[in-house]
Amino acid sequence: MAIKTVRLWLWGAVVALALTAGVGALLLRQSPPGAAPFGTGTYSLIDQNGKAVDQTLFIGHPSALFFGFTHCPEVCPTTMAEMAGWFEALGDEGKDLRAYFVSIDPERDTPELLGDYVSWVSDRITGITGTPEEIAKIAGSWGVYYQRVPLDDGGYTMDHTALVFLLDDRGAFQGTIAYGEDQETAVGKLRNLLAKS
Amino acid sequence: MIRTLHAAVAAILLLVTPAFAHDGTTHVGELNITQPFTRATLPNAPVGGGFLTIANTGAEADRLIEASSAVAGDVQIHEMAMEGDVMKMRELADGLEIPAGATVALAPGGFHIMFMGLNQAFVEGEAVPVTLVFEKAGSVELALPVLGNAAKSAEHGAMEMGHGPAAPAAATK
Repeated sequence: MAIKTVRLWLWGAVVALALTAGVGALLLRQSPPGAAPFGTGTYSLIDQNGKAVDQTLFIGHPSALFFGFTHCPEVCPTTMAEMAGWFEALGDEGKDLRAYFVSIDPERDTPELLGDYVSWVSDRITGITGTPEEIAKIAGSWGVYYQRVPLDDGGYTMDHTALVFLLDDRGAFQGTIAYGEDQETAVGKLRNLLAKS
Repeated sequence: MIRTLHAAVAAILLLVTPAFAHDGTTHVGELNITQPFTRATLPNAPVGGGFLTIANTGAEADRLIEASSAVAGDVQIHEMAMEGDVMKMRELADGLEIPAGATVALAPGGFHIMFMGLNQAFVEGEAVPVTLVFEKAGSVELALPVLGNAAKSAEHGAMEMGHGPAAPAAATK
């Protein structure tokens, strides 16, 4: 009798937990109504060759997207070099992948200057710049923070988000690679991205 | 006479030794500076970072207050920090303290010497001259070897330069 009561209580607990989990899962699956998916936006920019580009740039192939600037002492050249390493590691497997370096310092980064900067690292990376207003739009759609920091010689440097965003062939957000993430993990993420695209 | 000569030799040795850079260590006052390096810059990159390790063997704190170089219009002492996924860079207006008995590393991801307004690119295999001024130890001239553009440390970078056979397992991360 006592054992039977315990057993009933346990089954009761199981049902209660299952219900909670089920309702939770249902709630989580519903995305908030009206919210645009992450990374969605419209903007008119120019690539390193002076060609006009917009949000359709990321459609038709998987992409790795980084926001930086050429006056950047460390994070940007390091990320560029790491990107070159990823392409090398992926070899033929990564032939559809394209990488973009979007300047968050468009007033100093002209297409030509940016082009020399990125193409020296890899011909698989395209430099993108534009007007400060349009750069603000693309950065905003990816939640990228950037801020001018004055230096005492009258110049300035930039604080900025140092993530690499991974986009599938529909231009949809699939994940990120953090600054300094080890090559094996980064290449693993890119392989997953390529498999999904 | 011989005794005087001995004393003179000893005195000269004492005077001269601290200025020698042996085992890649540069001595200035009570400070030992090791593992200097910088990275090859990308075309049009107007800035570069310099890295080294400073050990203060003295009983008093010292301070790196100034840096200059013939290759840059301006050289500053900076701190880089990641706050979450945001890279932030700050000039250390009061310089960088080297506490007594402590070792302070200027390394990628943290403190660095910031070369601004470069009048030449940093080319892998060459060296960049820099003069550091310390509050107590005075000034010292160094040559920072230019390593690959993603070198993480003096040793790591030296290995990357080879591009030869795979490095021994113990030396890779």
